Amino acid sequence: MSGSVKKGYVRPLDLKRGRVDLGHGGGGRAMAQLIDELFAAAFANEFLAQGDDGAVLPAPQGGERLVLATDAHVVSPLFFPGGDIGCLSVHGTVNDLAVMGARPLYLAAAFVLEEGFPLADLARIVGSMAAAARDAGVPVVTGDTKVVEQGKGDGVFITTTGVGALAPGCDISGRRARPGDAVLVSGTLGDHGTAILSQRESLSFETEIVSDTAAIHGLVADLLAAVPDVHVMRDPTRGGLATTLNEIASQSAVGISLDEAAIPIDAQVEAACEFLGLDPLYVANEGKLVAIVSGGEATAALAALQAHPLGRRAAVIGEVTEDPHRFVQVRTGFGGRRMVDWLSGEQLPRIC
Amino acid sequence: MKFVDEFRDGGLARKLASAIRAEADPARDYAFMEFCGGHTHAISRYGVTDLLPPNVRMIHGPGCPVCVLPIGRIDMAIRLALEYDVTVLSYGDCLRVPASEGLSMLKAKARGADIRMVYSAADALALAQRLPSRQVVFFAIGFETTTPPTALVIRQARALGLENFSVLCNHVLTPSAITSILESPEVRAFGTVALDGFIGPAHVSTVIGSRPYAFFAEEYRKPVVIAGFEPLDVMQAVRMLVRQVNQGRAEVENEFTRAVTEEGNLKAQALVSEVFELRRSFEWRGLGEVPYSALKIRKTFSEFDAEHRFGLACIPVPDNKACECGAILRGVKQPTDCRIFGTVCTPENPMGSCMVSSEGACAAHYNFGRFRDVPVVAA
Repeated sequence: MSGSVKKGYVRPLDLKRGRVDLGHGGGGRAMAQLIDELFAAAFANEFLAQGDDGAVLPAPQGGERLVLATDAHVVSPLFFPGGDIGCLSVHGTVNDLAVMGARPLYLAAAFVLEEGFPLADLARIVGSMAAAARDAGVPVVTGDTKVVEQGKGDGVFITTTGVGALAPGCDISGRRARPGDAVLVSGTLGDHGTAILSQRESLSFETEIVSDTAAIHGLVADLLAAVPDVHVMRDPTRGGLATTLNEIASQSAVGISLDEAAIPIDAQVEAACEFLGLDPLYVANEGKLVAIVSGGEATAALAALQAHPLGRRAAVIGEVTEDPHRFVQVRTGFGGRRMVDWLSGEQLPRIC
Repeated sequence: MKFVDEFRDGGLARKLASAIRAEADPARDYAFMEFCGGHTHAISRYGVTDLLPPNVRMIHGPGCPVCVLPIGRIDMAIRLALEYDVTVLSYGDCLRVPASEGLSMLKAKARGADIRMVYSAADALALAQRLPSRQVVFFAIGFETTTPPTALVIRQARALGLENFSVLCNHVLTPSAITSILESPEVRAFGTVALDGFIGPAHVSTVIGSRPYAFFAEEYRKPVVIAGFEPLDVMQAVRMLVRQVNQGRAEVENEFTRAVTEEGNLKAQALVSEVFELRRSFEWRGLGEVPYSALKIRKTFSEFDAEHRFGLACIPVPDNKACECGAILRGVKQPTDCRIFGTVCTPENPMGSCMVSSEGACAAHYNFGRFRDVPVVAA
């Protein structure tokens, strides 16, 4: 016998025409191949290369505390103007860490794939996710893949979990809004939700609205550098600004009073919402920041946000008030007042 | 937004507000009913009430299609989906209307019923074409505004020879509802409800025109001002109503001239009468049985009538005893007069129909205005 052992030929994944089958979640060679050729190749980093069931990570230094956040992503359609479920799943968790004031460090990702899902689409999603993770400087260090039978999923579900480091003394919480504080947003509201809606098959109207999906930890870092004692930060995702502010008012036992004319909303988004009978204040965002700072620091906070590319259209939109009823109210551009209440169920369009 | 922002201008609103204050007689009260949910929504959404003087009160009328839909009709749709395995299509805010046995279309959907939301009658027809192996029923609701599109899809379904599409028709008529309010004992005989005039429907009037309201002005001596759905339209209409009352006039005036003519949309009217005919009587939530107040599909189109196709009958269901929706819809009571408002009955768990749609008097007050029920803390 000669010394060379012939390596068994394995046909590479057919990323053009192939589809996910149950074998890709079965724990056998097919799964190993999917992980090697797709996930490991895209996410390549030293921790993932350890190849074990979990990633061994260095502990944070200098009294920093760990922050853990997780986010499941089930968006439909999977690809939308301005992004896809891949980059969204990175931004979602990175932003959850960022608004806690934490420096995002690592991500873990779990994929639930539906049998029959095109591998080409999966490759596109994973590629976008890897690019988003690289751009954010937050590697995906461990992961998991499961396959469910056709009809039992919606193409791809992605859950990401992130770890971040929180500086000693940093105390950002929904409980810290105080009367007299200023409420800021980092830009236009409702872009993501409207972009998604415009792509739903039942609507399909033509617009150039793109999702705002983005990682905002850089923006947050700039804000914290200018105003270290930010009281509250949130990313107004599902339920939009209205829901976020009601959560904060409830947690802090305060009222919030907004000036409708100051709230930045893109003209196209406003028109689309008008058309669909939706209120942009309740529509989801994926790359925006709501920050509450003491009234005296509003100007500095606004300047810091506006200096960052993701915060150009930042604005001071209102203030925190004393209100035992914890109402969020808005002075309308028309001159009257109304409440901006919790959403009841899903926002459903009005018919006439 | 061009052509929209102009009608929401705060500066003009302040000028109109001071004009109304100047014209309203401080020695008397004014009570006007805005019939349409669209107006109710605009009033709450823009805080129009804050701009009106305290002696001008707005009464929210029954013109919210979802609010006046009786439980029995929603039950029919749910029965179709759950028992007849039919795909039911409905407009969005219909899905949450409470029905019998703690169900709603949304809850029935969670139990496996194939109930889907559509944005238009045309979408319903298109979906039926895409699902040839399923019976598809469009749950058609609304006033005269949404009726012509329903008529159109029924005609199209015939032209296409569609055998899996039918319509469960719940279309109702505005003038009969106004008559019912004016004939209600509280308004007519006892005078317990002050009602000095109406803000007439916007979109409905684009279809039926301004003429049908002449009867109310003449017979009941109530001024009617047809107004658009933007907040400045509402303010201008209030000013015109105040003026009519002050001058002792009761006429139909048209503030919404940019869209409403005297005779309305004749093409749409012809289409509607080709496909629909009057029902002898129809149950309205809150108003009870109202004679000649709704439409049904003509016999000549009966194969597209879901009631006919599936042999469905409407079983009337009484409202929750504590619910005051009826009195609220007639303007006899205000949402806060209801014992269960904001306690048992909330938008999350609506007991009555006025709490379902943001056009409903209760939901509008709960979502947008309930801060007025408590002492206001300085902002």
